[in-house]
Amino acid sequence: MDTLLDLFHGFTVAFEPSKLLFCLIGVFLGTAVGVLPGIGPALTVALLLPVTFKLDPAGSLIMFAGIYYGGMYGGSTTAILLNAPGESASLATALEGSKMAKAGRGGPALATAAIGSFVAGTIATIGLAFLAPWLVEIAVHFGPWDYFGLMILAFVTVSATFGDSPLRGLTSLFIGITLGLIGIDKLTGQARLTFGVPELLNGIEVTTLAVGLFAVGEALYVASQRAHAPEEIIPIKGSLWMNRQDWKRSWAPWLRGTAFGFPIGALPAGGAEVPTFLSYSTEKRLCKYPDEFGKGAIEGVAGPEAANNASAAGTLVPLLTLGLPTSATAAIMLAGFQQYGLNPGPLLFAEKPDLVWGLIASLFIANVMLVIINLPLIGLWVRLLAIPQPWLYAGILVFATMGTLAVNPSPVELSMLFGFGYLGYLMRRYDYPVAPMVVGLILGPMAEAQLRRALQISLGDPMILLENPGSATLLGIAFIALVAPFVMKGLNKFKAAED
Amino acid sequence: MASETTTRRIDRPALVVALLLFACAGIVANDAASQTIVSTYGLGPTAVPYVVSICLAVLGLAHLVVAFKEGIPKPGPADTVAILWIVGGLVGLVACIAFGGGFILATALIFACTARGMGRRAFAVDFIIGLVLGLVIFLVFLKLLTLSLPAGPLERLFF
Repeated sequence: MDTLLDLFHGFTVAFEPSKLLFCLIGVFLGTAVGVLPGIGPALTVALLLPVTFKLDPAGSLIMFAGIYYGGMYGGSTTAILLNAPGESASLATALEGSKMAKAGRGGPALATAAIGSFVAGTIATIGLAFLAPWLVEIAVHFGPWDYFGLMILAFVTVSATFGDSPLRGLTSLFIGITLGLIGIDKLTGQARLTFGVPELLNGIEVTTLAVGLFAVGEALYVASQRAHAPEEIIPIKGSLWMNRQDWKRSWAPWLRGTAFGFPIGALPAGGAEVPTFLSYSTEKRLCKYPDEFGKGAIEGVAGPEAANNASAAGTLVPLLTLGLPTSATAAIMLAGFQQYGLNPGPLLFAEKPDLVWGLIASLFIANVMLVIINLPLIGLWVRLLAIPQPWLYAGILVFATMGTLAVNPSPVELSMLFGFGYLGYLMRRYDYPVAPMVVGLILGPMAEAQLRRALQISLGDPMILLENPGSATLLGIAFIALVAPFVMKGLNKFKAAED
Repeated sequence: MASETTTRRIDRPALVVALLLFACAGIVANDAASQTIVSTYGLGPTAVPYVVSICLAVLGLAHLVVAFKEGIPKPGPADTVAILWIVGGLVGLVACIAFGGGFILATALIFACTARGMGRRAFAVDFIIGLVLGLVIFLVFLKLLTLSLPAGPLERLFF
């Protein structure tokens, strides 16, 4: 019952007119930016972070929630109408969605994505509201060693387990961790890896890295490929609305997608790709019209899109209760919290219940707003998609530099932004994932702090990490997750040699 | 040298990544070695950098192995001219901010160069669009968000 009371209290915070307005602006901006091709939710949040700079913490976090959900929704629109998923979690949606749009059923595809996102988002946010206090109870008893174990596990799952190549994922992660070392050491005040450059003393901003990698890197990559693969928008023909059969075929995939998305998102288990593809393959198997798959089956949009949104709400569970970001978007959200000196975790629930529960309540509100404003505004979003590509990417770069210049107008910061941008381009070109790098930058210093705290308590005895059941289990799982892909690969090779 | 790399088919990009990782490992270790304050118990500020340095070196070794085996995925062709236009625009923008050219001019520069890189052939028109865009953003930031972006000669006209 406590949860319901807290949630009710959260709604009283979120229903203040000014908060509702922030939420609406967030949803609108998030969708508008998220709809632009090549921009996923992570970049949407990173680009719009400076806009919230001068607001009060509660207002800006509520706006953030709106931006996050809006960006997710906008991404699915791009995936369906342009067959250009802005992030890997929209890949499954693009598979069937763009086929539906080509067959003149773009309207129902967008509708099932929107309503599915609403259903999944609402259920998952309820899950978040009830799971979070329970997890906070457990997290209160966590020692620094447990946090360290959790963070190591997050490192491994984000970079190694689910990518194409654990080697490239780990390389990306460790570049991020190395960047995280830069700056003044918080415990001793020693400057590390700053090479006498004063701008580096405060460390590298997560937003600078994220905007550089995602926005500048993406623009360079698209420019380099432009001559080779032109994009075209598929016009929406026919009715926007779903018919009876569409509804009948959509509701079960929505619920199943949610059931995949929320738990996998809530575990530190590496993002939304896994649940979306699990949902896609499940729907393909369960569908009464299996021959439609690959030609535009509505189940193939409804399920993955629900899974995607549910896992987005799921990643907020470790983010809010443990301060543990498990996706690039969550890493940038954490940077947003830190901008106000707020550290998500069990303490935040105790110290700032208004803020946390206001945020959770506004997630519900953002969801409702999305459905209400997006279905009628679909025409506007489609027109945004029609912006000529040169202007679009020119505009994205203007936005990217604007954000950096507003926060920290120095040539050094700009040069870093563009350096990261070029790095992001090269990483895309040679198929290195960029998300682990962002997670490494923000989580690396946190993991170091927890490790050092743990070893100070144990007077320097590293065995404390293994003697403690919690951290020992977490480190064990992390080790298995790290080694398993290599061992399996070795086994496969062994088998191949035997044959 | 060149003939050897072609006959033994060493994957050049993987080799470069390996060398870069070794370089990073060296820089991190060197920086840690030059620290003066080391705490008495628990972990000092140098312990984690040493661990990271070792991990970077291991990843470098792994890339070295990969370079002599299958290599990293081969990218398709890239439009170098487009990249040069955008990189040129970015460098111009940094110079513009560094030497006090102001936000609006910098915006126009990056807008026009990117559009040119992406295939537009109307530099002057795009430059003007960029100027207008820069002006609008500058005013929105100044009046609505009360954040001032870097000012140059153009911006001073509006004070």
